[in-house]
Amino acid sequence: MADDLEKEQSGAAEEVSVEQQLARTDEPAAAEQARADADEADAPPTEEQAEGESRPLDETEQELLTRLERELGDAIVESADAFGMLVVRVKPDAWRRAAEASKHELECDYLSFISGVDWQPAPREGDEAGGDTSAPVQPTEMTFGVAGSTGRLQVFAHLESTKRHWGVTLKTDVDASAPHAESWVTTYPGADWHERECWEMYGIAFDGHPSLRHLYLPSEFEGHPLRKDYPLLARVVKPWPGLVDVEPMPGEDTPTAENGGSSADADKGDGADAAQSADADQGESS
Amino acid sequence: MSVDFAVDRQAWRHLADAQVNVELDTGDMILNLGPQHPATHGTLRLVVRLDGERVISADPVIGYMHRGYEKLTEFRTYPQITTLINRIDWLSSFANEVPFLHGAEMLMDIEAPPRAQYIRTILTELSRIATFMLFLGEMGLQVGALTPPFYGFRDREHVLNLIEAATGGRFHPNFNRIGGLKDDLPWGWINECRNGMKVVLDACNTLEELVAENEIFEARTRSIGIIPPEVGAGYGVSGSNLRASGVDWDLRRDGKPYLVYPELDFKVWTHPDGDSYARYWVRLQETREAARMVIQMLDRIPSGPIMAKVPRIIKVPEGEVFVETENPLGQMAYYVISKGATGPFRVKIRSASFSNVSILPWLLRGVYVPDVITILGSLYFILGDIDR
Repeated sequence: MADDLEKEQSGAAEEVSVEQQLARTDEPAAAEQARADADEADAPPTEEQAEGESRPLDETEQELLTRLERELGDAIVESADAFGMLVVRVKPDAWRRAAEASKHELECDYLSFISGVDWQPAPREGDEAGGDTSAPVQPTEMTFGVAGSTGRLQVFAHLESTKRHWGVTLKTDVDASAPHAESWVTTYPGADWHERECWEMYGIAFDGHPSLRHLYLPSEFEGHPLRKDYPLLARVVKPWPGLVDVEPMPGEDTPTAENGGSSADADKGDGADAAQSADADQGESS
Repeated sequence: MSVDFAVDRQAWRHLADAQVNVELDTGDMILNLGPQHPATHGTLRLVVRLDGERVISADPVIGYMHRGYEKLTEFRTYPQITTLINRIDWLSSFANEVPFLHGAEMLMDIEAPPRAQYIRTILTELSRIATFMLFLGEMGLQVGALTPPFYGFRDREHVLNLIEAATGGRFHPNFNRIGGLKDDLPWGWINECRNGMKVVLDACNTLEELVAENEIFEARTRSIGIIPPEVGAGYGVSGSNLRASGVDWDLRRDGKPYLVYPELDFKVWTHPDGDSYARYWVRLQETREAARMVIQMLDRIPSGPIMAKVPRIIKVPEGEVFVETENPLGQMAYYVISKGATGPFRVKIRSASFSNVSILPWLLRGVYVPDVITILGSLYFILGDIDR
């Protein structure tokens, strides 16, 4: 048994060293290519750097972007850096091509996630000044994140390379009137569940997905819960911070001037006595 | 009358024979595994289509525990969210808090002081040990051995006691704050922790002898549920599951530097086989490695403050950040989009088990029914981490 373990360990070690050698042999050629490409088309990167509101791209990001540009050309709309991560926005019709380019050109073999985002601000229920503390106050005008957007809905995904240890975030715009995007299932089999989740949460259909069924929610569920205009029902049913429901003890349920009105409001089907006394209370007070 | 009866009897016998033949000849049978199966750590339902003893197709049904955390985060402030994300992977709650708060800190341009970073790393590794210790015992149970889980639970208790002593909570510490930690370590905890790590290393030896070197265990797990590295990566399988397929990728070493991992000396274990046994073996080695890392950190832990200077009302500037960490179950990542408010605009929670389990329809095709349980056990998922 101990022999076995040793064998396994050495086996693992061998594999590592082979991979490292591969990486080593790969690197100079790739770097050369990248340099050549950068020489050929050095205009777009410098433009990006000039435009970038945040930070300029570092070396790895620049190489990733160059490789993607070689493959996708002008399908890349915008690119930016977000805390050391490259964010690339591509045209909707190049979404699947972007996945293939990332898998083959960037060696991103690992699918981290696919998800959606709704940039529209959530409508605030109730009066603004009334001290509604149910949620942190967000800006009311629609702004878009890193690498921009044309509409409220977007699909974004993160891919990583287990060999090169780099990653890229891809974004694409989704038409809000008929939300759909290309499916990645043929490139990354793991996209199946992520796209099902995105479909039920945002209502974004994925063209070419084998079976868009509900994943988390029951099949008769209506609406798309993660869209900003879908209210958090728990907060609608009960104002926040939750008023404590205290049922009166037996014998204490005679309505008084303090609680009579509210209990009658809360439950219209109450006994006639309660309603009458509540009315009487209101009459007295007014 | 009696004659008729005899004739009928003959006829029935004939029919019964025919029925038997028909039944032996039938095609698929649908077996509903769960949602309450012990191997599922919660409520995962698996609709398995069988041909005899072989699985033709398996369709996991999830969502029995869906709590909608991604929606709820949009209605909470940053400090409130740690309470929620504690409950994603409930066996290693502390490790869930770290990446989210690290993301918020990156957006706010705050860095936790070194002592806080060390304590965070120690507690992350302790939760890794607690999670794996349970797995190492429980994996025996999945293949029919009743003794190992008791060892697993017993020895995990030492680690949980340590976490409780430091944070006040066994499962949901809620100990992290933006910019540092709630409290410093209590007196004498470092020595206690050293002793605890000895117990853990002993327990690993015990479990190795008891489970990993057991002939029956090997027979049940070797070459069962093989995940080829490229398939695993395509499905987004991460962590020990992917390392057991020979992929030498650990975010503690290969990802963007976080916590104090760059300062530590540790080995990333891989196994070339990719089967259930490899997954067990890799987790066993990683438990030992984690204990060694904790001992290293206990020797080096610096003194100093545990909180950075943080404004009284936490407003996170506008921006987007993607933070990923190597959690016990795999890659845990948060994509935080902030619009300058006290709460995030959108948080995408990338949990490890969701992707780890999404490979099941591929992985279970063609295996025998008892091996389904072995594979479920060896993938090691937490339902809260799938359903979020």
